[in-house]
Amino acid sequence: MSNLFEYVDEHRDDEGAKIGMWIFIFTELLLFGGLFIAYSVYRYLNPLAFHLAALELDTTIGAINTVILLISSMTIAMSISAIQYKNKKLTLILLAITLFLALVFMVNKYFEWSGKIGHGIFPGSEMLHNTSRGEVLFFGLYYAMTGLHALHIIVGIVFIAYVYRMIVKNKIKHDDFVLLENAGLYWHLVDLIWIFLFPLFYLIT
Amino acid sequence: MEKEKHTHIVPYKTYILVLIALLFMTFISIAVTSIDLGAFNVSMALVLASIKSILVLLYFMHLKFDKKFFGIMVASVFLLFACVIVITFLDYLYR
Repeated sequence: MSNLFEYVDEHRDDEGAKIGMWIFIFTELLLFGGLFIAYSVYRYLNPLAFHLAALELDTTIGAINTVILLISSMTIAMSISAIQYKNKKLTLILLAITLFLALVFMVNKYFEWSGKIGHGIFPGSEMLHNTSRGEVLFFGLYYAMTGLHALHIIVGIVFIAYVYRMIVKNKIKHDDFVLLENAGLYWHLVDLIWIFLFPLFYLIT
Repeated sequence: MEKEKHTHIVPYKTYILVLIALLFMTFISIAVTSIDLGAFNVSMALVLASIKSILVLLYFMHLKFDKKFFGIMVASVFLLFACVIVITFLDYLYR
């Protein structure tokens, strides 16, 4: 009888779960991919306006957020190794660092956006109405793309917090951690998108 | 079958080295784009971003250690995306 129960307990498909996560990630990549194509086409059609508008963005705050996301990506990747080494404490510490860095990213984003809005640069603002069509497009794309990315950060925070709870409750263990892997994949996706958002909006002027 | 999958544990050191490489490329791209080199800036920033994303995909997202078909799936999606870019720009460049 106990054998039967064990078998039922063991019945799971980690590989299937991972493939499912990857397929979801592909839809996300194509969602952002479409926005990246829109950005490139409009940049090609309005080179001067995009150049002037990009100068308004603060490279330093963008660079800080890049470093934050890269480090948080490493800590969640390490937590997968830590759980395999059966080091629950380190896994939780690494996930806590990831969550903390994600929150710092959002705080930076808040200051960045509120600074822009304070200067009268936001979709539909008086100030943007008086500039060229290209600048309206640039800032529209800026708010839409970094906003959608920030939304993904919030979803990631919720996902990682849930995984954290499951590890505390021993529902995710050294031999059953596909949920942690999937949370990691999602977080790396968020990092991957930022790797392209940062040069396109902040670096290239 | 079930047992084989998670045997590979990536050492912490690998992740630290990948992070250092990623941070290094970030600073290179900031330094390069701060000098005005015209169109070269754009291509340099995009090439560095692509190398960075390949590192993230291979190491952080475990494509290097997972079964091969994960990598094939990801590559096909990027190929599809590249085709869409090419077709869109063929339209805009020659209309």
